[in-house]
Amino acid sequence: MRLAFILSEIGSGIRRNLSMVTSVILVTFISLTFVGAAGLFQLQIGQMKGYWYDRVQVTIYLCVDNSSEASCATGPVTEDQRAAIEATLESEQFAQYVDTVTYESQEEALGHFRDQFANSPIVDSVTADQLPESFRVSLVDAEKYEVIDEAFSSEPGVDAVSDQRDFLEAIFRYMNWASVVSLVIAGVMTFCAILLIATTIRLSAFSRRRETGIMRLVGASKAVIQLPFVLEGVIAAVIGAVLASATLWGASKFLIDGWLVKTFPQTAFISSQQVLILVPALILLGAVLAGLSSLLTLRRYVKV
Amino acid sequence: MIRFDNVTKTYDQQSHPALDAVSLDVDRGEFVFLVGASGSGKSTFIRLVLKEDRASRGAVYVAGQNVANIPSWRVPRLRRGIGVVFQDFRLLPNKTVFANVAFAMQVIGRSRAVIRETVPDVLATVGLEGKNNRMPHELSGGEQQRVAIARAIVNRPGILLADEPTGNLDPTTSMGIMKVLDRINQNGTTVVMATHDDDIVNTMRKRVVELRSGSVVRDDAQGIYVGDAGAVVE
Repeated sequence: MRLAFILSEIGSGIRRNLSMVTSVILVTFISLTFVGAAGLFQLQIGQMKGYWYDRVQVTIYLCVDNSSEASCATGPVTEDQRAAIEATLESEQFAQYVDTVTYESQEEALGHFRDQFANSPIVDSVTADQLPESFRVSLVDAEKYEVIDEAFSSEPGVDAVSDQRDFLEAIFRYMNWASVVSLVIAGVMTFCAILLIATTIRLSAFSRRRETGIMRLVGASKAVIQLPFVLEGVIAAVIGAVLASATLWGASKFLIDGWLVKTFPQTAFISSQQVLILVPALILLGAVLAGLSSLLTLRRYVKV
Repeated sequence: MIRFDNVTKTYDQQSHPALDAVSLDVDRGEFVFLVGASGSGKSTFIRLVLKEDRASRGAVYVAGQNVANIPSWRVPRLRRGIGVVFQDFRLLPNKTVFANVAFAMQVIGRSRAVIRETVPDVLATVGLEGKNNRMPHELSGGEQQRVAIARAIVNRPGILLADEPTGNLDPTTSMGIMKVLDRINQNGTTVVMATHDDDIVNTMRKRVVELRSGSVVRDDAQGIYVGDAGAVVE
């Protein structure tokens, strides 16, 4: 009975205050969309870091069929060349720089490639012989990349020496900026949402002051008096959060799955399924924001 | 049922206290008129009983309990034991007579079956049979006040406080309301009615407590009241 009563109070409150409730829905929708966008940037960074950061090593790529470097003049790397490079890496001379050396065959390279680009259509068109064999060298001091570069880049059988760290960190820097920008926008919009929810609750409390006055007099508990107001705000905010989640999912579906993955097949992107893990967080955030701001407002405007 | 023990209520430091060292006992089942001019402290008395305000000094006991010691989460329970009626009725204009009375039961969680059974009985007690589905604006002032009384007593409170319940009504209608309050009192409910309507007080011949500037100046078992002049004729 009490539940049915509270629900009917919420219904009449929302009907009476429809325009304000709509604006609360829209403002929380926008603010949570930006919160979610910041979350997506972080997920994307995590996705790339997850695979790469531990593995950022100096990679010595060995020649394949179509390598164009001068050191690959003799065609694909030979057994002897590969053995010579490995011997040099493990020699006394480099012991102070080199921590571990791992050889990656063309088959293994393909395996890694498939893991990393699981969401990308390019996977199906790549075969093992297109990918170079390599030595993955982790350094005692990652800054000493130059030493390896100088020593090996012109060795016969070496196609290229590369350190992915610089490239990755530039990308991460841009993505971090983007997530900071969306967090700032989200912060401003969230502030608006809080003020708007407070105003809405105030109006709602004012338009129902007769009811709440009578409820107080006949001994209704604090929960019965305040819950309809709090839930009114929470319901509006949760609707906003659901809209934000749907927007983020739609955007990732069209933007990432539909466009970025096809346009930049070499990059690992998050999938739209991963967006779904943000949904409960956004809904919870919306509900908590609305609940807290309406409780604080009620303390001032509805006497109990 | 209600005991004021040397109660003083000051709203701000400069002005004269609204109640000044008032001591008063209202027994269970009594009918008491609280009389005096506007500003004499009648409404403050009612607010203190309901714990709408705190006494500045002294103690207010309701049903044996010092209201100052009731934690805020128990205040609703205190108020369930007290019905209140006002001069301005305070009905919900968009609800029917039945719904207005039922509202008082809904908000404290009574079941639909109990509400359907109780509300018509209470409406009959106040003389509103057959008006369940009227809206407040379709009723006369006296009928609206009867709805308000029905709402105040529907949860069977031990105390009924009435703050100038006949203030907006003509003398004939007022007498009808007094009959209803008297009947409620006969059923065992303690009634405290604040008023400055001397006709009513003099007709009813009940206990009269007169307040002037926050002090009890008279407490007669079967008193009369002759308005602002304050002269006492027994």
